[in-house]
Amino acid sequence: MKLLVLSGLTCDQGRRRVLDGIDLTIRAGEFVGLLGRNGAGKTTLLRAAQGLIPAGGWSSLADMPAHERARMAAFMPQGREIAWPMSVESLVALGRIAHPDAAGAADLAATERAIAALDLGALRHRPATGLSGGEQARALIARALAQETSLLLADEPISGLDPAAQIRVMRLFAALAKDGKGVVASLHDLGLAARHCTRLVLLEQGRIVADGAPSKVLSARNLAQCFGITAQMTQTADGLSFQVQDVTEPH
Amino acid sequence: MTRQPRLAFLFAGLVLLVLGLGLASLLIGPARLGIGQSLAALFGHGPEMLQLVMRELRLPRALLGALVGAALGMSGAVMQGFLRNPLAEPGLIGTSASAALGAVLAIQTGIAAAFPLGLPLAALAGALVSVMLVLALAGPQGGALALILSGIAISALAGAATSLVLNLSPNPFAANEIIFWMLGSLADRSMLHVWIALPFMVVGAGLLLTTGRGLDALTLGEDAAAASGIDLRQLRLVLVTGTAALIGGATAVAGAIGFVGLVVPHILRRAVGARPSALIPASALGGAAMVLAADIAVRVVAPTRDLKLGVLTALIGAPFFLHLILKTRRSGA
Repeated sequence: MKLLVLSGLTCDQGRRRVLDGIDLTIRAGEFVGLLGRNGAGKTTLLRAAQGLIPAGGWSSLADMPAHERARMAAFMPQGREIAWPMSVESLVALGRIAHPDAAGAADLAATERAIAALDLGALRHRPATGLSGGEQARALIARALAQETSLLLADEPISGLDPAAQIRVMRLFAALAKDGKGVVASLHDLGLAARHCTRLVLLEQGRIVADGAPSKVLSARNLAQCFGITAQMTQTADGLSFQVQDVTEPH
Repeated sequence: MTRQPRLAFLFAGLVLLVLGLGLASLLIGPARLGIGQSLAALFGHGPEMLQLVMRELRLPRALLGALVGAALGMSGAVMQGFLRNPLAEPGLIGTSASAALGAVLAIQTGIAAAFPLGLPLAALAGALVSVMLVLALAGPQGGALALILSGIAISALAGAATSLVLNLSPNPFAANEIIFWMLGSLADRSMLHVWIALPFMVVGAGLLLTTGRGLDALTLGEDAAAASGIDLRQLRLVLVTGTAALIGGATAVAGAIGFVGLVVPHILRRAVGARPSALIPASALGGAAMVLAADIAVRVVAPTRDLKLGVLTALIGAPFFLHLILKTRRSGA
């Protein structure tokens, strides 16, 4: 089942073309890692796909009425803004805003599932603004999960998390995909992306330069061209093992 | 969920506080009357003179205190929620300054003296003009920044125009009246004032009570709110018109009363678990209580000096606000 279709998606900021003719289809069961160096257009792609910024071309999500889109796709923005010192529990429950007609019991159950999935039980009564950056990120991921959508879009969800929490979140996203949902997450950790994503999409200057299985996308040529690095990749019994070695170009 | 019963207690407490202060406001005044006698007069029993005092002087004053306070508290909570800033206050979108300009023009031109509805209607007209200007200036997008900037511009312009009127006023009595009116007061208001303000307050409150869901979603920023299905453009339109109706109505009958819209949401934020949607009704009740209390205080503290309500709220509000800042600094940052 197709969860998101982008065709010729284009976005300009001032005179600069930030997204240039993106064609992308996300299907149920996929955990897609969105890769690219800073400024490659990852955030713009995630925002334009949802109609949060004006863009040319076509996006199946941006085309929907706002209330339908909110039940189809949840979004965790990169700027982890939490304006008020509300409890973690209340913050996670904000995910239910997308379901104004849902029964209270359904809201409560979805909130509880999300709190359990991100292991936030011990923090649930703490004010979210008083948490560490990584804990806040986990609370915000739980908020997006509580929205219970078939597609989850997350902008750098694991940056700032400790290593164990990073792996747990990647596993959680992979499990969501296995359950028949779709996840698109922009990522900078290529090792975790290689190991946990079912598919990688590599952006460079607003264009998709590679799209496919992790072992194929993280080729020596793509790594040199898009990231300016060399790396070693081996297939192990537990999946891909990816280790960055050096930079190719001296800056 | 331990939060729900606590919220219910809070709201029950606030309602009792407003009712108690409303009753106190009815019973306190220069004509020293017994409690039983006063209440009997309120319901149309006893000497006619007494009935007149209760029904035409004290009742409108108490009602207006509650209405104006609720309007200020509620619009303050909504404005802070929308701008995600605890320093926001209802005057930010320029309504109070523009309503004041309308009233000042009515006093200066003599319209206010010519017929009793002249002043409040002119103030409402000022508020209406400011809303249309703010919406036109802030543009079609739903962003908060453009709204603040246009609100500040309109406030500054209306303030300058008010100063100009004062500056050029050939009549010292009018200038005096303008200055006293701008200090804000509930003295000598009639039921007519209640009937003028009430429809605007009802419409404004009805509009702002619908913004709770959107303001909750905005806690996580504009992108997160839009992705949760909130139409930010519509939210902003509802917020601006609702606030303008409340603040226009309040300023028209009571003049400019500061600090209530800023301080009340601050005091109650923790108590409602910092949820913007719960803060809206709580701040309405808290604002009503605060203005009723302040209006009782001006009568008790200096019964003969006609101390202005707006002066008192600022005198109490500013130090209290400083105290809150110090408390925040100690606990956080």
